Amino acid sequence: MPEQKSPPGGKPNGNDGDLRVIGHARRRVDARAKVTGQTRFADDISLPRMAHCKLLRSPHPHARIRSIDISRALAHPGVYLVLTGKDLPIEYGILPVSQDEQALCLDHVRHVGDPVAAVIAREELTAFEALDLIQVDYEILTTISDPEEALATPTPRIHDYGDEGNIHKRVALEFGNVDQGFAEADEIFEDTFFYQGNTHLPIEQHASVATKDPDGKLTIWTSTQTPHYLHRALAKVLQMPPAHIRVIATPNGGGFGGKSDPFNHEIVVAKAALVLDRPVKICLTREEVFYCHRGRHPVLMKFKTGVKKDGSITAMHLQTLIDGGAYGSYGVASTFYTGALQTTTYHVPRYRFQGCRTFTNKPPCGPKRGHGTVQPRFGQEVQLDKIAEKLQIDPADLRLRIAESSNAVTANFFRLSTVNLSECIRRVVKSSDWREKFRKLPEGHGVGLACSAYLTGAGLPIYWNKMPHSGVQLKFDRGGGVTLFCGATEIGQGSDDVLASIVAEVLGLDTFDIRLYTGDTDLGPVDLGSYSSRVTIMAGNAALQAAERAKALIAEAVAERLSVPVERVRFAEKRVFDSAAPGNGVTFTEAVCLAEARFGTIGTVGSYTPPKSPALYKGGGVGPSPTYSYTAAVVEVVVNPVTGWITVPKIWIAHDIGRALNPTLVRGQVEGSVYMGLGEALMEEQEFRRLPKKLSHALVHKFPSILEYKSPTSLDMPDVFTELVEEPDPKGPFGAKEVGQGPLLPIMPAVANAVYDAIGVRIDEVPITPEKIMKALAEKKAGRAPRFGPSHFPHVEWPEALRVPPPWEGGDGNAINDVPRRDKAKPEQPHKSRTPEKDQVLSS
Amino acid sequence: MVTISPVSQKSAQIRFILNGEQTDVSFAPYKTLLEVLREDLNHTGTKHGCELGECGACAVLLDGKPVLSCLLLAVECNAREVETVEGLGANGTLHPLQDAFADLGAAQCGYCTPAILVTAKALLDQNPHPTRDQIREALSGNLCRCTGYLQIFEAVEAAVLEIASHSKST
Repeated sequence: MPEQKSPPGGKPNGNDGDLRVIGHARRRVDARAKVTGQTRFADDISLPRMAHCKLLRSPHPHARIRSIDISRALAHPGVYLVLTGKDLPIEYGILPVSQDEQALCLDHVRHVGDPVAAVIAREELTAFEALDLIQVDYEILTTISDPEEALATPTPRIHDYGDEGNIHKRVALEFGNVDQGFAEADEIFEDTFFYQGNTHLPIEQHASVATKDPDGKLTIWTSTQTPHYLHRALAKVLQMPPAHIRVIATPNGGGFGGKSDPFNHEIVVAKAALVLDRPVKICLTREEVFYCHRGRHPVLMKFKTGVKKDGSITAMHLQTLIDGGAYGSYGVASTFYTGALQTTTYHVPRYRFQGCRTFTNKPPCGPKRGHGTVQPRFGQEVQLDKIAEKLQIDPADLRLRIAESSNAVTANFFRLSTVNLSECIRRVVKSSDWREKFRKLPEGHGVGLACSAYLTGAGLPIYWNKMPHSGVQLKFDRGGGVTLFCGATEIGQGSDDVLASIVAEVLGLDTFDIRLYTGDTDLGPVDLGSYSSRVTIMAGNAALQAAERAKALIAEAVAERLSVPVERVRFAEKRVFDSAAPGNGVTFTEAVCLAEARFGTIGTVGSYTPPKSPALYKGGGVGPSPTYSYTAAVVEVVVNPVTGWITVPKIWIAHDIGRALNPTLVRGQVEGSVYMGLGEALMEEQEFRRLPKKLSHALVHKFPSILEYKSPTSLDMPDVFTELVEEPDPKGPFGAKEVGQGPLLPIMPAVANAVYDAIGVRIDEVPITPEKIMKALAEKKAGRAPRFGPSHFPHVEWPEALRVPPPWEGGDGNAINDVPRRDKAKPEQPHKSRTPEKDQVLSS
Repeated sequence: MVTISPVSQKSAQIRFILNGEQTDVSFAPYKTLLEVLREDLNHTGTKHGCELGECGACAVLLDGKPVLSCLLLAVECNAREVETVEGLGANGTLHPLQDAFADLGAAQCGYCTPAILVTAKALLDQNPHPTRDQIREALSGNLCRCTGYLQIFEAVEAAVLEIASHSKST
C-alpha cells in the first residue's frame, strides 16, 4: 500500500465540520456486555470434552535440567498427556533478534517459575496433583541477581547469545558534538536515579483455550494484546502453516503491556489440543502471572545535562543500565526506548545515549505502559527540577522556555507533528494555582510539576515488512447493516468504540449500528496489536479509509437516484440526502440497496502504514511515530515528617490529545494512567529476595501475590482534574492522538518534585516509600546531602557510538561511521545488504 | 484399563436461591462458591483475579451482603440466597447502577465490574444516599487497574440520583 497522505492543507483526516458522533461523550459500544458480566473473557470459555492444563515450574532461579521423569505423572488416573521441552523444542520470542524462549525448557531454567513440563488432565485438580509426580533432576548454577552482578559475572551465561557474557545488548548513539555542547554550558548537572521494576497486575489472570477444529485446523482463544504476533509464533513452534491457525484474542481483562508477548502456556495448550484432539484450557494462578511478568524494567540511570543560564539545554548524556530478567522479550526495543524520547519533549541540540541491558535470573521484563520511556522520564524531569532551582527559574517557566515546537525534527531525527506541551503546562499552572503554591505552602505540603511526551503508535513493526500496520474491512448488507472486521484487540481501552465511532461518523450512523468482529486472525485483516498506543491512529485511519470508500460508492448511487451532483450528497441521522434540500433523500438502508444494485455486493477495505521516518541510523527504528502526545501534571502532596507517609490530595493534568473521539473514554485513560503512575510512584515494586542458605539460597520473588504487591485502592486515589488540549493533528483520524500511556509518565517525577517542595529532600528513586523519606530526612538532619538514591553508576564497556549529525549540523539521518541504511535518492530501493528478520530493530 | 478418579466426584449437593431462582446443584465437595457458579452453573459473570481473597473480583452477595466467593465453600451456601451480576437487571432492563456504569466510563476492561456492581448494590440497599467517602470505603476491597476509580464513584453517585428520582415518582 502507498503511504497515507494527509489531505492538502494539513487538515486532519476525516470530515471536520458538524461532528455528530466524534467528540461527544458516549456509552461505549461494548458497555452493555461489560456491565452485565457477559463479556466473554478467555477463562469464561468452556467447551465439550475440554481438558485442563497445569505447568510444572522451576523452583530454581538458574539450573541445568539433567533429566525429567514423567512416568508416574502419566500413570496418574485422569491424566491424558504430559509434555516436556522435547515436544516443543523450537525457540521463539516476540522480537526476531531475540528468539530465546522455549515453551517448556529443554535443558536450562533461567528463573523461578520457568516452565519445564505440562500435565493435561480431565480435571484441573488432577493435573495439579500430577505435577508433584514429575521428577526433575537439576544441576544448580550460579544465580545472577542484578545488572552489576551480570556485568561482573560473564559465566555461567544465562543465554548463549547477546553481546557478551550476561550482557544482552549494549547500544551507543551520539547526535552532534556533545563534548562541545558541554563546553558551551554555563552549568553542568550530573545525577543518578534508580527506577525499580513493577508489574502490570491485570486483574484477569492469563488464560487460553485451544482446540482442534473438525477440519484439523487449530483455534486458540487467549488473553493476548497481540494476536498477530502470537499467530506467527504458533506457526513457527508448531511447524504448521499459518493458514491452519486461528488466533482469537478474547477481550483482555486488563493488559497494560503484560499480554503482548507470545507466551509458553499458549503454545503448550495449542500443542496439547493438537495431540489429544480435544479442547485444552489453561488459566494461570496469580502467582504464575507474576512469573510471566514482562513488566517494567528496573533501570539505573545517569543524566549529565549542560544548560545555559537561561535554562536552554546545550547537551545531554544519558546512560542506562537495565535489568532485563531471564529472556529477551521486547528488551532490545526497551533498551533503545530508554534513550529515545528525551529529545521529543524539550529541545536537546546535542545528545549522547548509552544503554546496556543485562540478563538476570528473574522473570523477564518487557513492555509496561510507557515502555522503556517511563524510567528516564522520571530522571529527566527530576533533574530539570534541580536545574530550575539552581538557576532560580520557576520549573514551569523553565519547561515553557525549552519545550519542543510543532513539526520539529529532533536531534535523533524523530519528526514531530502537533506539539501542545506549552499549552498543557499553562493549563495545569492555572488550574492548580501553581504560582500561589510552589515554594509557598507550609512545611510538609508541596507541589511538583512534570511533563512528558509519548508515541502515537510505533512507526515500525516488530518484524521487518512493507505491509500496512492495520487493515479494516467493511461489509454492508441489505438490511442497512454495517459489519467491521479488524485485527485490533480490545483490552479495555476502547478500541472497538474507536473503530465504531469513526465508521458511524463517516456514514451518518450511530455507533450501535455497527457490528464488530475484532481480534480474530481468521476474520479480520491484520492489525499489529494493542501496544505502543497505536490502535486509534492506525486501525482508526484504516477504518476511516474503508468508510470513506464505502461512502463514495453509496453517495454515487444515491446521487443518481436523487438526480443531484454527488458533492451534495450528505450522510447523517441514518439518512443519505441532498444537502441543499435535506428532505430529498433515502434511508441509509435504501442507500445501501441502491449501491448494491449499482455496483454489486458492497464491501470496502482500508489500511494504514505510518509515514517513513527520517531516522535512518541503526536503532532509529525505535521511537519514530506519526505524532506524539504531550502531557503536563501538577501533583500536590502532604508528607508526614514523623512517619514519612505521603498522601496525595489532588492531581491536575492536561493532555494534548489532538481530538478526543469519545471524551468519556479519554478521561478514563487519563485517570487510569494517573492511578497507575501513582502506584508506581508510591508503592508498586517487583522485589526479590534470597532464601536462607539452609534452604537453597535461591533468588525468589518477594511478593508473588496481590496482597503483598501493593497497588492503590479506592481509598488511595486522589481527586484528579483533567483537561484535554484539542488541536486536531493532521496525522490522526479526525485529529486524534494517543491517550493510553502518555499521561502516566509525568506522575512519578511530579510526586518526587512535590516531596522536595514539601520537606526539602530529594528521593531520586522510585517507588518513593516512607522508609526512603525517613532516611533522606535523617541525612538532612545530619547535615549531609538531603537525598535518597543511587550513589554511583557502574563501569560499562560501551561500544563506539554511532555518530549521527543532527539536522542543524547537516545530518541526513544516517550515522557517519556506519554504512548508510537507506539510499535517500532512491527511497523505493530496498537495502540489499539487509537481512530482514535479523538486523531490524523494532518497536513497541 | 480405565481407572476411576475420585477427585471430581460430585458428591456434594445444595439447594439455594441464585438470583431469585431456586437452584439445585451437585459438585465436588472441595469447590468454592466461585467455582460452582462458574464451572457447575455456567454463571461466568463472576470473575476471579487471585482465588486468595485479595483482589475482590469474585464478590457476590450472600443474603444481601458482599462476600468473596473464592473464600467460601459452596457447601456453606445451602438454603441461602446468592446474587450475582446476572441477577442485577430485571425484565430485560439494566439496573440503574449498570446503566450509570455503562454511560459514565466506569467499566473499561470490565473484568472487575461485576463484583464492583454487586458490592455497590449492597451499599445502596443499606444506605441509599452514601457520601463519596462511604462509596470509597465500600469499594476499597475491589481492585480496579483500569479506571483509577473516579468514574466508578461518579457512576455510583449517578445511580443514587436515578434510583432516588425513580422511587419518588412511584
